[in-house]
Amino acid sequence: MYGKKVKLRFLFLFLILIVVILSIYLVLKSLEDNVVYFISPTEIKELGEINYNKKYRVGGMVKNNSVSMSADQISFIITDFNNEINVKFSGVVPNLFSEEKGVVAEGFLKDRNFLEASKILAKHDENYMPPEVKEALKEK
Amino acid sequence: MFNLVGNYSLIFALIISLVLTFFSLKNYKSNNNLDFNIFVSISVQFFLIFISFLALLFAFVNSDFSNLAVYYNSHTTKPLFYKISGTWGNHEGSLLLWLLVLSLFTFIFFLTSKKLLNSFRSLVIFFQQIIILGFLLFIIFTSNPFELILPIPNEGLGLNPILQDPALAIHPPILYLGYVGSSIVFSSSLAALACNYVNNIWASDLKKWTLISWTFLTIGIMLGSIWAYYELGWGGFWFWDPVENISLMPWFCLTALLHCTSVLEKRSLLQSWTVILAICTFVLSMSGTFLVRSGILNSVHTFANDPERGVFVLIFLAILVLISLIIYFKFDNSDKVNKSFFLSKESAIVINNWFMMYFLAVVLIGTTYPIFLEVIANEKISVGPPYFNQLIIPFLIPFLLIMALGPKLDWIKNKKVQINWKKIILFVLSILISFLIARHLGSKILYLTVLISVALYLFFISIIDLKNEKLKSSQKISHLAFSILIISIILNSIFSEEVSVNLKTGQERQVSKYLIKFEKISKVEIDNYTSLKAEIEVSQSDKKLKFYPELRLYKVPETITSEADIKTNLLNDNLVVVNYLKDTDYLNIRYQKKPFMLLIWSSAILLGIGGLLGLRKNYK
Repeated sequence: MYGKKVKLRFLFLFLILIVVILSIYLVLKSLEDNVVYFISPTEIKELGEINYNKKYRVGGMVKNNSVSMSADQISFIITDFNNEINVKFSGVVPNLFSEEKGVVAEGFLKDRNFLEASKILAKHDENYMPPEVKEALKEK
Repeated sequence: MFNLVGNYSLIFALIISLVLTFFSLKNYKSNNNLDFNIFVSISVQFFLIFISFLALLFAFVNSDFSNLAVYYNSHTTKPLFYKISGTWGNHEGSLLLWLLVLSLFTFIFFLTSKKLLNSFRSLVIFFQQIIILGFLLFIIFTSNPFELILPIPNEGLGLNPILQDPALAIHPPILYLGYVGSSIVFSSSLAALACNYVNNIWASDLKKWTLISWTFLTIGIMLGSIWAYYELGWGGFWFWDPVENISLMPWFCLTALLHCTSVLEKRSLLQSWTVILAICTFVLSMSGTFLVRSGILNSVHTFANDPERGVFVLIFLAILVLISLIIYFKFDNSDKVNKSFFLSKESAIVINNWFMMYFLAVVLIGTTYPIFLEVIANEKISVGPPYFNQLIIPFLIPFLLIMALGPKLDWIKNKKVQINWKKIILFVLSILISFLIARHLGSKILYLTVLISVALYLFFISIIDLKNEKLKSSQKISHLAFSILIISIILNSIFSEEVSVNLKTGQERQVSKYLIKFEKISKVEIDNYTSLKAEIEVSQSDKKLKFYPELRLYKVPETITSEADIKTNLLNDNLVVVNYLKDTDYLNIRYQKKPFMLLIWSSAILLGIGGLLGLRKNYK
């Protein structure tokens, strides 16, 4: 019915369509698996269900007098002035990490009061506050 | 004084820009030779912008705190080198630098394009003037570097110490040369479309500009990466951070464009595609500047933060995109019938072009998805490195394979498929080596093994091709460099080790196979900071290494930075970075072993050299 050329072109278009659909699926799937949600200590308390196998980023202020160090880890409390959460971290904290300064800790939740962080983020600028933290603090 | 001179030069440059817009359009319509007026206007415009840049530079060097930008970003105790680099270490100054490079490139284009069609040249200048006009308006009205402050303060607020670094001092200018080079690529494509001048003469001129921006962008990205590596002390060189991604996206586009211009030059194919890529590259460069400067991206590298400025750039960008779309659809008379066969050089290039576009899409989605989600659903997320690794690494396999085989195919149609024993032996050898590496590691990741073998294969093929005189030297060098880059990045990510521990003075502790000893710490006062130098010994069985990582306590602004102590040799980088916390007597110590870092940097430089070689050939 159709010439060979037309058939070939159809096949080509069909292949492209499949490739595009496949890559969109791949991208979406990978996004879903690797997205890290940002939450405040208050939101953790309000979360219906906690996924213990998923990373979260918790932001707020480092509570005054809460930082303590031992030979293999640092522990501190992140607060948004309504609720707080204990954080443990082994590794080197950024230079700008200090008490009563904004901080973002990324890691796995062990329960509603405890985060085991694998990464601590702080910003380059001492006056700078992560937008998320600013908002979390504003909401109080 | 400086402020006045700088400010007025900018305003005069703006007037000239308006005049030039008018003249160049008139010239295009009348199709005359470019007259002397245009030459004079372009030179004067460049001169004025240069004066204005010098004025800002002098204001910084002389610590003229009546200037707001100087007050915010400089300090009298700062070393001269950083006073100079402070000129573009801030939002206003960096935009002025953008503008300076923009007018410089327009000037150079005018001088080097004499052999090209006149109406095409005037149209390129017209589009360049529109961009320059936009930037001038933006600078004068929203981020004027010559704003005054009264009463005049005695002392400035200082430049963020983390920016006081040689690599970062030259990183923005180099990166901007890359970004701005793409403006010529953009204007040139639009002008060529409108003049119906999309042909191989145009392509070889376009290729020159593409090569210039590609080379600078490559080196610029590398410098930023070097800075992140040793200044931030995270022990990595690429974090898939939004700001990093933003500079990578135009790079993908430019790389694809570079290969397309070859096809267009030799075979007069892919006209529309080349034009689309050229437009995309510039839009990505512009939006990169916009996203980084507006503070919309949530990144560790965000310095400036002003959404209102962002709105202006966004509108400007929208206008440019609109213009290019109109021109594209009005003038594009689509490709001639494609007479290529599947097995040819151009189809290899096209296939890898599509892979490039896929990588671009992955990075684009990963970078902008959080922004959209926040606007739409008010949910705050970040996309982690695993996303990028999962989606990009597996597709590097076919990409590298085509990169290895493509260059030796013939144009149009590869006549005979010879079975070359050398190639097969090399292929087997690559598989064998990577299999051995994988076994040595006990690695379970199959695709990494495959990836190493194709990267090795590309490496071997490129080595052999070095002697092949049919191929261009720039292509040979760059492909070789790229294979080394990929191999060293993979091996680096596999073999990196890191341990961290907190110690008091005199203490030692065994962490996995390393014994770490914190011997002492000493304090020295230096110009504008206090230096705390720790002495740390890391020993593994009988090998001992001493490190002297440093903490710098800056007074203005009050900041601490860590300077990692990095011991580099051909195979490994060993580095120790320390930090301390107030009110504790512990020192926070991290030791890292990073293989092949030197190889990564040198291959990136080699990649740039390849680009430069391509330029030399073009001038012959």
